[in-house]
Amino acid sequence: MTTREKILASVLANQPAATPLPDISMFKNGSDALVEKYMQVFKTIGGLSHVVTDIAAIKQLITENFDTSKRIATTLAEFGDSFELISDAVDPHSYSDLELAIIRAHFSVAENGAVWLSDELMGQRIIPYICQHLAVIVDAETIVPTLHEAYEKIGAGNYGFGGFIGGPSKTADIEQALVLGAHGPLSMTVFILK
Amino acid sequence: MREATTKDHASLAGAFIKDEKRVDWHDGALWYIREKRDIAAKQIPEWEHLREAASMIKSNVISNLHEYLLQFESNLKKNGVTVHWADSAEEHNQIVYSILKAKEINQMVKSKSMLTEECHLNEYLEERGIEVINSDLGEYIQQIDNEPPSHIVLPCIHKRKEEIGELFHEHLGTEKGLSDPTLLTRVARKHLRNIFLTRRAALTGVNFAVAETGEYVVCTNEGNADMGAHLSEVQIASMGLEKVIPQKKHLGVFLRLLARSATGQPITIYSSHYKKPRKGQEMHLILVDAGRTRQLGRKDFRDSLKCIKCGSCMNTCPVYRKSGGLSYHNTISGPIGAILAPNLDMKRHEDLPFASTLCGSCSNVCPVKINIHDQLYKWRQVIVKEGYATKTKTLGMKTMAWTFSSPEKFKKTGRAGRWFLKYFPFLINNKLNPWYKQRDMPEGPSESFGEWFVKNENKKS
Repeated sequence: MTTREKILASVLANQPAATPLPDISMFKNGSDALVEKYMQVFKTIGGLSHVVTDIAAIKQLITENFDTSKRIATTLAEFGDSFELISDAVDPHSYSDLELAIIRAHFSVAENGAVWLSDELMGQRIIPYICQHLAVIVDAETIVPTLHEAYEKIGAGNYGFGGFIGGPSKTADIEQALVLGAHGPLSMTVFILK
Repeated sequence: MREATTKDHASLAGAFIKDEKRVDWHDGALWYIREKRDIAAKQIPEWEHLREAASMIKSNVISNLHEYLLQFESNLKKNGVTVHWADSAEEHNQIVYSILKAKEINQMVKSKSMLTEECHLNEYLEERGIEVINSDLGEYIQQIDNEPPSHIVLPCIHKRKEEIGELFHEHLGTEKGLSDPTLLTRVARKHLRNIFLTRRAALTGVNFAVAETGEYVVCTNEGNADMGAHLSEVQIASMGLEKVIPQKKHLGVFLRLLARSATGQPITIYSSHYKKPRKGQEMHLILVDAGRTRQLGRKDFRDSLKCIKCGSCMNTCPVYRKSGGLSYHNTISGPIGAILAPNLDMKRHEDLPFASTLCGSCSNVCPVKINIHDQLYKWRQVIVKEGYATKTKTLGMKTMAWTFSSPEKFKKTGRAGRWFLKYFPFLINNKLNPWYKQRDMPEGPSESFGEWFVKNENKKS
């Protein structure tokens, strides 16, 4: 008997009589003012957000708020004239000096401030984690109220890796003092395109 | 790693409470987190329904575990993940070692995983010449201090910043006396970034594993799991069997509850869904039993396997807050640790179910509604019945059983007790009575309720 067979046999012998799954379809929060709600929550978790009307406005805000003499990379062709385009063919370690990453998210979640993005939008999986600062663009109409609608939207998802990212990395391991910038980005900015 | 194997909860707690100022601070720090949990929970009108749904989903998992494990395994394989099964901690450690050995890797970075703490993986690998570095800041601090984590979410919650500053001075060469949390975090960030960039293997724990899709979710605030995993050539995930959930949509329920219950955050900063290896990367997942199927077979205790490791039962527990996590001498401390540990080794952990006031606060905050305090009470009975309780406890209980066995004995002993407390309090308030430790006996009432009742009934008639 292999370990696998042994464990599975033991599970089968010990598990109790079947109980049903609950209906979770009622957990829906149809709500308006999602942009405002999102921005308010995102602020409380240490993020910065701006409502913008076009890509030019984002470019303007980036040049005003970030050190453009440092390495800035993006997955978006619209920024290709100003910044380096992220390649999926290079060693992920080569992004260790990345100051700012500008990427798109599929959508964001009003109740918790998180954006959802899969690896196709990251360029490389490491990008949103290794950069010192992260900028994410989200279309205003894609914001969902809660995680229930979020998972409905994601569905099975044809990705190798996907993640919710809700703010700059943080820790409170030393005496519960909140410090932004643990191992991931020191800051996160979301541009809400309206 | 330093572990208190010989001392029980009471004596370890006894040592912790000697420093009254530290106890007050520790108590306050944890209560503050409990309050943050309350604020977060109250912002969700359907909070109680979410808890109920989460509890039902986990009950369903427990009752269909066999099927979900098979489904999860089959989907993992479709996704290109190598699946391993481990019956024991030892077998788990051997598997990790063999994966690393095959790639000639002798350094690994690890994100938070209570399971690998439980398995003593670091020690096992270190004995075989493989260096492991814990990358969660709190776990890193505990590792350089050669101590296990004292809390599952906040591993070094019992340490003062000055002590951490001293450790950094010794291990990372910071200036002596530096204790500012931001500056210390920056130093660790720089040091660990270099670790992430140079390690070929990364191991993570698993928060939720989805049977339906074969993906697993890892939640962190620091981003350490992702820094390790996405830079690694070999990615390993270790999980207990009970971490599997049926469908992806159920993540909505659990992720809404997890961080709010743990720290009062609306969601952890990172909720990463790992499904397939990157091009050129190997992904391994180890399914670990290590006593879980035994617990599954214990009717009164199987619900402990529903735990999603938020730590809210610790933050709210009056005993945990005042005795510190290390006094539980088990990887998982606090109320949930006290119902999980006796299953692993009843003799070694016989003291833990007694380290509770049975106030029930743990059950009230548990996001998956585990009846923790009922299980603590039930474990006490099992432990006494199976002969693992200490002699003083057994003797006390036998005396109590004798006293309560007839109304006459109860009345007589009660009268005698009151008489002793009145005329010879020093006979009871002394060091020989273990109950007197840290407690003052109350002044004995002049009469029992029974005596008062009889007197008053007579007056009426």
